[in-house]
Parts: sequence; structure tokens; C-alpha cells
Amino acid sequence: MRPATKKLAMMGLCTAVALVLAYIEALLPPIFHAVPGIKIGFPNIIIVFVLYRFGFKEATVVSLVRILVISFMFGNMMALVYSLAGAILSMLLMVVLKKMNFLSVVGVSVAGGVFHNVGQVLTAMWLLGTAELGYYLIVLTFTGTVSGIFVGLCGAGLVKRISKRLK
Amino acid sequence: MMQDVKNRSVEKNSRRLFRNDMIFIVVLLLLVTAFGLWIYLVRGEGDRVVVTIDGKEIGTYSLAEDVTVEIRTGLQNEELNLLVIKDGKAYVETATCPDGICSEHKPISREGESIVCLPHKVVITVYAENEKDAPDIVV
Repeated sequence: MRPATKKLAMMGLCTAVALVLAYIEALLPPIFHAVPGIKIGFPNIIIVFVLYRFGFKEATVVSLVRILVISFMFGNMMALVYSLAGAILSMLLMVVLKKMNFLSVVGVSVAGGVFHNVGQVLTAMWLLGTAELGYYLIVLTFTGTVSGIFVGLCGAGLVKRISKRLK
Repeated sequence: MMQDVKNRSVEKNSRRLFRNDMIFIVVLLLLVTAFGLWIYLVRGEGDRVVVTIDGKEIGTYSLAEDVTVEIRTGLQNEELNLLVIKDGKAYVETATCPDGICSEHKPISREGESIVCLPHKVVITVYAENEKDAPDIVV
């Protein structure tokens, strides 16, 4: 197979798996009741995997496509705006931290998880004009850290086990 | 032989990264916990809630009296968040939003706490009456 075709197929496969993971997550009961609306973000396992196995550009494309598809299928336009803000901010931070080679996959994923929330809360503060929403970040940092550890461990496992030859 | 050296350096590097991960996570959580504690200590019980829709203030209600407020949104006012104030705490009893996050939120009463309904752009925030003329904290 030509390398470009192979890569296209791989990216399509990764996007599909991310979508399925989002669907499975939507079926599960909420994990944390005190502050509703919190989830682990299973699709981010794929994003972390693609970021480490393929690179920044590929991870960004897969991330944007899954957000568009998920928002059109299950969400609404507002969900799209919040997801995009979170995904873009966390992707930028993860790329910078990965380049610095200071943290492992898990650390980078934790930073990504926490800044996904930061991006969403900043968007909500801006759209709703309420600075007080910033206090949500205290709780969200803890949940983002837990999610990030989980996602990072799964992502690191995938990077380790799925052969480099797939590239 | 070469492989051995390489493996050892990879292992050493991964141990360094793991240690950095731990430091990063612990520092992050400590900072946020300190910030949260500080906020909790500085801010006491509030005495009123302010309701805004899409950033525009639509009403202020005292936490001292029990009331029920219908917050109407949507083009034909068809959407509802039912705000209830009872025993000094405010909560959303029911809502017509798809996610129901606001109605699952725990009752709020401390200054700065808020309940948000993103689909309806409704924000309910607790304020304290005397916040403007309260003295700064003396250390």
C-alpha cells in the first residue's frame, strides 16, 4: 500500500475508534455525582496515542473530526464550541510539554486533561460573562487529573503495544 | 552489549520522566488545594442569589426567605429552570434542559458558589450583601 493511503486508513480507523469510545462513554452512568457533567473522556486515549505514535498534525485532525462528528450526532452547537475550546487548549499544551521531553505520556495527558477543563471554563466565563465560574476549576482540576492519569496510562499502553510498523 | 547499555539508558530516562510526572501532579494538586482552601476561608455564607440569563441580570433573591422562582428562557419562554430557595440554600428543582446538570447540582449558599445551566445560559450565583464594604483580610 502507498504510505499516504496507509496513513489515511490508519487515521480513519483511529477516528472511528474515538467515536465508538465516545458512544460507549455516553452509555455509562455518570461517575461523580457531587459535580455533574464530569466524564473521563475515553476518546482522548486515542488522541494521546495518535499524538505519540504519529504526531501533532495527525492528532489535531483526528481530534477535530471526532469533535465535529460527536457534536453533530449527540450534542448541539454550544457543546461544539466548548469542546473545541477545551480540545485546542489541551492539544497546544500537550504538544509543548511533549517537545520539552520533561514528562512521560501520563504527565502530558494529565496536563491535557486539566487544560481541557480550563479551556471550557474560560469559554463559559466569556460566553456567560460570569467570572465566578472560575471556582469550578478547583474541583475540575482534581477530576481532570484523575481522568488524565487514566487516559495517559491507557494511551501509553497503546503506544507500547501497537507496533511502530503501523506508521 | 550495546543493547544492554541502550536499555539501561531508556530505563533511566523513563524513571526520570516518572519522577517528573509525580512532582508535576503533586505540585498541581497542592497549588489547587491551597487555592481552594484559601477561597473557602475567605468566603463565608452569602445572603442572596443573583440570576443572570446570557450575562444579563434578571433578578436578585434573598436566601433568608423561602421562595420558588420560574426562570423562563427560550424563544417562546418555553424553557424552564425552577429555582427554589429553602432553609438558606438555593437549588434548581427541575429544568427542561437536555443534560439536567443544573438540577443535579447540590444546593448552594456560600459566597461565590454558582449553579450553571449552559443550554439555557442561566447562571445562579451567591453573593454576600456586605462584600463591597467588608474589610480586606488582616494578616
